[in-house]
Amino acid sequence: MEHGDDSPVIEFRDVQFRRGENVILKKLSLAVRAGETLVLLGRSGSGKTTALKLVNRLLEPDAGKVLVENRATTEWDPIRLRRRIGYVIQDTGLFPHFTIENNVGLIPELEKWPEARRTERVAEMLRIVGLEPSQFAKRYPHELSGGQKQRAGVARGLAGDPPILLMDEPFGALDPLTRAEIQKKFLAIQQKLRKTIIFVTHDIREALLFGARIALLEAGELAGVYTPQDFLRATEPIAAAYVATLQKPVSGYFRRSEA
Amino acid sequence: MTLIHFFLTHRMEIAESTGEHLWLVAISMLLAIAAGVPLGIAVTRKPWLSKPILGTANVAETIPSLALFGFLLPVPWLGARADRLAIAALAVYALLPIIRNTVAGIHGVDASVREAAVAMGMTGRQILFRVELPLSLPVLLAGIRIAAVWTIGIATIAAAVGAGGLGEFIFRGLAMVDNRVILAGAIPAALLALVADIGLGLLERQLRHARQ
Repeated sequence: MEHGDDSPVIEFRDVQFRRGENVILKKLSLAVRAGETLVLLGRSGSGKTTALKLVNRLLEPDAGKVLVENRATTEWDPIRLRRRIGYVIQDTGLFPHFTIENNVGLIPELEKWPEARRTERVAEMLRIVGLEPSQFAKRYPHELSGGQKQRAGVARGLAGDPPILLMDEPFGALDPLTRAEIQKKFLAIQQKLRKTIIFVTHDIREALLFGARIALLEAGELAGVYTPQDFLRATEPIAAAYVATLQKPVSGYFRRSEA
Repeated sequence: MTLIHFFLTHRMEIAESTGEHLWLVAISMLLAIAAGVPLGIAVTRKPWLSKPILGTANVAETIPSLALFGFLLPVPWLGARADRLAIAALAVYALLPIIRNTVAGIHGVDASVREAAVAMGMTGRQILFRVELPLSLPVLLAGIRIAAVWTIGIATIAAAVGAGGLGEFIFRGLAMVDNRVILAGAIPAALLALVADIGLGLLERQLRHARQ
């Protein structure tokens, strides 16, 4: 590897991003280390998705720099950059006219892997996310359930063996049981593959589950970076407000008259 | 002489005119697709092209067909042969629905699908040919279908400049005040339009099913 142990794989340096008059990100500075999962936690509109899209250059900063492997994203050939970064989103973005096999195998195909290796890789990735290849490889996305599509999306993100993975609320649209199942699966994948991951979520439980560190974003500004343990003990109002939602007793979910 | 009898005795003539008609329509449709699809793609890539390209196609569409044939008559190479002239005019009419539906089809591709394509490091070409065009095919085909039905109808007017086709019967019948002769052109033309509409409609439906 070209970077030492301490040098971050992804680094935001005083990044500012505007959309017209709206400042979406203000002077964001944040580093992600090799092999760690950094969770970007924040409410809708906090700028977390924008931050993610700056990494694979779907967006470019108005000021400051986003460095990937010590090089500014604007200095990378965008195609090369993106092939090194898996991208998994809530809507999956699976190609409806491709079979699952072709969806998952797309990056290996674009990278001109030999066919045998590609087929093997697709089967391996499908198995890793819990989709039996003999059953799912030849199906189209519309023939899959929401949870299965999401698994296929994760398999596609991993297929090119990218060192970096960006995940934008990948499990946000799933029902609670399916979500718990797929989270468990992903936790195992995460521990096995040790990718550098930025995981965007608004769900504090998910943040605690996956994050080696949790970066809290509020209105385009970094409100703090915590380990999960620190986060639970945090006294800062924003972090504490998140933690408070965890401690709500079950009876708190009922209306008073029913309790 | 009944209508059926008239059709039977003139079947060779009718078949020949139908062939001419189809040929005019087919060539003009091919030209319109060859020009319209790239123009539509250009509009989706460079939004500032939208007004000039769609505007021009829109205006061309409003020119009465007989007048358009007249306008094209003095154009050097085109005006030299009646069939050339007719094909050019028909292609102009077919252009608008094809451009418009190419644009609509590409714009209709799910934003998350396009975003995923870009994020996976597909090049602009790869995105166009492997994602956008295949996914917009049903909408594009709907445009081709509209254009084909129009063109089959308007091609009857090509006879006015001597380009042949089923319009020959219609104009002759008008001059002779003989409804049977008019119908000998009108009925096959209507049938052609119907067949094109149903056939392309089925193809479109199949594509939609295969990709949904």
